[in-house]
Amino acid sequence: MNERTARLRQASLEAVPTISSERAELLTEFYRDNLGRCSTPVLRARAFLHLCRHKSIWIGDGELIVGERGPRPKAVPTYPELTCHSLDDLKILDSRPLTSYRVAPECLAAYERTVIPTWSGRSLRDRMMALLPEEWHAAYGAGVFTEFMEQRAPGHTVLDDKIYGKGMLDFKADIARAAAALDFERDPAALDRREELEAMAVACDALVVFAERHAELAGRMAAETADEARRVELLRIAEVCRRVPAEAPRDLHEALQHYWFCHLAVITELNGWDSFCPGHLDQHLWPFYRRGLADGSLTGASARELLECFFVKFNNHPAPPKVGVTAAESGTYTDFANINLGGLLPDGSDGSNELTHLLLDIVDEMHLLQPSSNLQVSRKTPDLVLEHALKVVRNGYGFPSLFNADAVVEEQLRQGKTLEDARAGGCSGCVEVGAFGKEAYILTGYFNLVKVLELALHDGVDPRTGTRLGPATGDPAGFTRFDDVFRAFEAQLRHLVDVKIRGNQLIERLYATEMPAPFLSVLTDDCVARGQDYNAGGARYNNTFIQAVGIGTITDSLAAVKKLVFEERAMPLAQLVAVLDADFEGQAPLRARLVNRMPKYGNDDDAADDLMVRVFRTTFAAIDGRPNTKGGAYRLEMLPTTCHVYFGSVCGASPDGRHAGVPLSEGISPVQGTDRRGPTAVFRSAAKMDHIKTGGTLLNMKFAPSLLAGDDGVRRLAHLVRTYFKADGHHVQFNVVTAETLREAQVDPEAHRGLIVRVAGYSDYFCDLSTALQEEIIARTEHGDF
Amino acid sequence: MSVTGPTGTVFNVQRASFHDGPGVRTTVFLKGCPLSCPWCHNPEGIAAAPEVMVNAARCLECGACAEACPREGGPLPAGARLGSDGCLACRACVGACPTGSREVAGRAWSVDDVLDTVLRDRLAYDTSGGGVTFSGGEPLAQAPFLLACLAACRSAGLHVAVDTCGFAPREVVMAVAARADLLLWDVKLLDAARHQAVVGVPLAPILANLAAASATGVPIWLRVPVIPGLNDDDENLRATARLAAATAGVRRVNLLPYHRTGSGKVGRLARTWAMDAAVAPTPERMCELAELFGQSGVETSIGG
Repeated sequence: MNERTARLRQASLEAVPTISSERAELLTEFYRDNLGRCSTPVLRARAFLHLCRHKSIWIGDGELIVGERGPRPKAVPTYPELTCHSLDDLKILDSRPLTSYRVAPECLAAYERTVIPTWSGRSLRDRMMALLPEEWHAAYGAGVFTEFMEQRAPGHTVLDDKIYGKGMLDFKADIARAAAALDFERDPAALDRREELEAMAVACDALVVFAERHAELAGRMAAETADEARRVELLRIAEVCRRVPAEAPRDLHEALQHYWFCHLAVITELNGWDSFCPGHLDQHLWPFYRRGLADGSLTGASARELLECFFVKFNNHPAPPKVGVTAAESGTYTDFANINLGGLLPDGSDGSNELTHLLLDIVDEMHLLQPSSNLQVSRKTPDLVLEHALKVVRNGYGFPSLFNADAVVEEQLRQGKTLEDARAGGCSGCVEVGAFGKEAYILTGYFNLVKVLELALHDGVDPRTGTRLGPATGDPAGFTRFDDVFRAFEAQLRHLVDVKIRGNQLIERLYATEMPAPFLSVLTDDCVARGQDYNAGGARYNNTFIQAVGIGTITDSLAAVKKLVFEERAMPLAQLVAVLDADFEGQAPLRARLVNRMPKYGNDDDAADDLMVRVFRTTFAAIDGRPNTKGGAYRLEMLPTTCHVYFGSVCGASPDGRHAGVPLSEGISPVQGTDRRGPTAVFRSAAKMDHIKTGGTLLNMKFAPSLLAGDDGVRRLAHLVRTYFKADGHHVQFNVVTAETLREAQVDPEAHRGLIVRVAGYSDYFCDLSTALQEEIIARTEHGDF
Repeated sequence: MSVTGPTGTVFNVQRASFHDGPGVRTTVFLKGCPLSCPWCHNPEGIAAAPEVMVNAARCLECGACAEACPREGGPLPAGARLGSDGCLACRACVGACPTGSREVAGRAWSVDDVLDTVLRDRLAYDTSGGGVTFSGGEPLAQAPFLLACLAACRSAGLHVAVDTCGFAPREVVMAVAARADLLLWDVKLLDAARHQAVVGVPLAPILANLAAASATGVPIWLRVPVIPGLNDDDENLRATARLAAATAGVRRVNLLPYHRTGSGKVGRLARTWAMDAAVAPTPERMCELAELFGQSGVETSIGG
C-alpha cells in the first residue's frame, strides 16, 4: 500500500456501518407517484432511474475509484419493497453489541412517517409469507430449512468479461435489435418481452445518468480544491465517469470504474443475495494492464494503487441487514463478494498471469474483510501460483480459499453447460459454482440433515415442540434393522425437500412477476436476446440450489446407531432415543463411548464414510434435476456458511454424542475434533462424496503455522491440495491456528482433538501433548518463530 | 484379513507424516527396539510385546474395563505386558473403555493389513514424491515381517524408507538395504563407551553396518537427535559431521532437536521420564549446529 491506499483502507476500516433511509424514501416517493402508470418491469427500471437521479453522490478524499451504494461509505440502504424493517428491527440493529448498524433519529422518523405506513403488509416478504402454506411455515419455523429469498432478492451472481468490451450504449443497441426482432403476430409473449426490453434500456440510461452525476461532482470538486495534485485527479475522475459506463473502457482505470458502476447498479436495483462479483478479475483486467504497461500509461505502482482503491470500495459495502432480527443474532457484515483468480481460460489454457500475483500480493497486504478471494487451481495452474496463494494463506487471514478449477468445469458440464461457458465460470459466495455472466444460480436456503434424522427417530414429530413436521414413519421401538432407520430418514427427507421445493416454486414466481431486475438482466446472457428477465428465466442457465448442512454430524450419528444398537446390540434404539431426549443426563460413560468409540467420518474409515455416501446419494436423489420454474433444475450443494450454528441450536442431542443445541459439523468437514488420522484421511473421506454432482462443497482444515513454515511447509501444503483436487475435491480452505486457538484447545480438548501441531521434526495432536509442551508450542506460536 | 505371510507387531501408523523422508508419507511403527535411549519419543515402541497404556487424565473411573475383564483381579495396570500375570490378552478392557483412555500398544498386523492402509494415500505419495516409512521401535528387529512389507510395497510401486538405529545382524541390514529406497540412519553418540552407557548397546557394529550399507549404494539420511547434556557437545557433533562426510551413501543430515513428546507416553506406561532436566535446544543453537554440519559438505536440515 502507498500512503493514499493505506489512508483509504484505514478510513474504510474506521467507517461505522449505518442504516440509510435515503433509498427507502426515494423509492416510496417514486411508487406513490408512479404505481400503475406502466408495466412492472418498466416501473422497476424507472424506480432505478429515479434512484440514480436523486440519490446522494459521494466522492471521498483521495479516492480514484468512486461511487457508493449509500450516501457515504458503509451507509447501507434498505429495500422496503422487498423487506420492510420495523422500528424495533432498526432499534435492535442500532443497539446490539455485534454487527450493529447505527440508525440516526432522522432515519427512524422517516421510517415511522412514510416508509413503514407505505410498505408494511405490502412488501414482497409480507405477501410471500401470507402465500406460503402452513407446512412450509412449520418446517421453516422448526429450523428444518432456511430461505434466502424471504429476506433478499435472488442474487449470488457474477459477471463475465462482457462489460470490458461494451458500454451501456452498446447494450442499448443490442436491446434495440432484440426489440426490432420481436414477432407480435406469432409470439404470444412478445408484448411482455417488449416491456422487459424497454425496462432494460431504461436501466442502461439510469446508470449513465448516475455516472454523469459523479462526473459533475468531480468537476465541481476540482474547481474548488486548492490542492493541485488532487485537482488533476478529480478531473481525471470526471473524464473517466463521462466515458464509462456509457462506452467501453480503454484503460485499467476506466475498466475498474466501469465494473464498479455496474456493481453498484446491481446492488442498488435490488438487494441481491450475496452481493455481486467481478468474476475472473485477473483475466478480465489483463489486457488493460498489459497494454498500459506497454504504452507507458501505467506502471506497476500505479496499477497497484488503482487496484487497491478498487478493493477498498468493496469493504465500504457491508451486507444489508435482515428484518426480524434478534438482539442475540450476530450476523455478518460480509456480503460475500468473492474475487476469482487463476483458473482456466475459455480455450482451456491456464488463466493465471502476472496480475494473479499482483492481486495475491494485494489480498495479503490489505487483508480486508471484503472482498473475499479465491484461487482456482487447475491441473495447469503453475506451482508458483499455488504456492504464492498458500504463502498468503499461511499468514492466517483465511484468504484465499482454493478451488479445483477442473472439478468446477466438470460439475457444470454435468448440468448441461457448454465447455467454454463452464471454463469461463467459477465460484462465488462461499463455494458455489456458476457460469459467470450467463446464469441465474439461485441459492434457496440451507437444509438441516440432522433435524431430519431427529424427525426419523421421533416418527415425524419435532421433539422440541410436539409439532408434526413429517410423515409418520414409525416408532423407533419397531425398527429391527439399521435399514429401517435409514428408510425413515429417507421418507422424512423426501417429504421435507418437497415442502421446501413447493415453497420455492412460489417464491420464484413472485420474483419473476413482481420483482424483475432489468439492470442485472442487461448483464446476464441471454436475457436481452430472449427479452426475458433474470428472475423469470431469461438467463442462459437457471439452477436453483439447496444447501445441505450437517453431513459430518449425521454420518457419525448414523454410524453410532448402526454400531451401538444394531451391531453391538448394547441397547435398544428406543432407549438410545430416550437418552438423547434427556440430553445424556446421567449417561456420561455412554456419551463418552459415542464420542470416542464409534466410527467417525473424516478418518478414512469406511464404516462411517459409506454412510456419508449413502446420505449424500439419498439427498442428491431427492433434489437433483427436479424442475424449477425457470426452465432449470434444483441442485445440491454442501455448505453451511454459519448456519450449522443455528441448525445445531434447534436440534436435540444426537447419537454421535453431540449435546442438544451444540453446532452441527460445518460444510463437509468432519465433526469438530473427530478427525484423528491426519489431513490425507480427511481428504480421502471427503472425496468419497461425488463432488462433481454438486454445485459446491466446503471443507475447512486447521493447521498450526509451524506445519506450514518455510518453503517446505508451503510445498507440503501444495501437495496436499493437489492430492485432494486429483480426487475431485471441490474446495478447501485452511485456517492457520493462532495461539488463541491453542489456548481454547487447552480448555476444551474435546472440540480440538484433530488439531495437529508441529513439535520439532515431528507432528502431533496438540491435545495429546503434555501441558508443558503445549505451553512451549503456544509460546512459539505467539512469537511466530518457526 | 487373510494372513498370507509373516505378521508383525505394529504400535502405530501415522498417515500424512512429513518428517520421515521425502514428500507425504505413511509411517509404520514396528514394536521392539534393542536400544534404550532415555529420550525416546516412542517409549511404547521399546518393548517387543504389547503393553497396556492408560491415559489417567481421560479415565472416567466408570468401571467398564473391570466389568468386561475376565481376569481375576481385573484388568492389568498401565505398563504391564499384555498376557502377563493371568491376562487372557482378550483386550476386552480396551474395547469397553468409553473414552479410549485404556489402550494396548502393539497389535499383530499382516503384510496385507499394512498394504491396505498405506495404499490409501497413494495419490498423495504420487503427487508429492512420498511413500512409506518403516520406523519403530527398531524395524530391523522384526526382520522377516519388515522384509515382506518392503517387498510388498516395492511391488506396489511405492517409495520405501526404513528408519533404523543400525543395530542388527549384518545380513538383515544388507537385505533391508537391498530392498529400501532410502535408509534413515540414527546416530546418537560416537564415543563407544558413552554409547554403551547411554543407549545400552555397543557402537562398533552400528558403524560397521553403516559402512556396509553405504557400500551398497542405497541413499542414506543420517538422523542426529540433539539431546542437551547427552550428545550435544561440540566434540560429538563434529565427529558425527565427519562421519557423515566420510560415508559415501550419506546424502543428507537431519538434526532433530530434543523434544518432550515422549514424556506423556511414559506416564501412560506408568514409568518415569528420565529426561526431566533436559530442555529443548534453542533455535539459535540448532542453526549453529546446522552450520557446523553444513561445513562438512553434507546437505543438512533441522527437523525431519
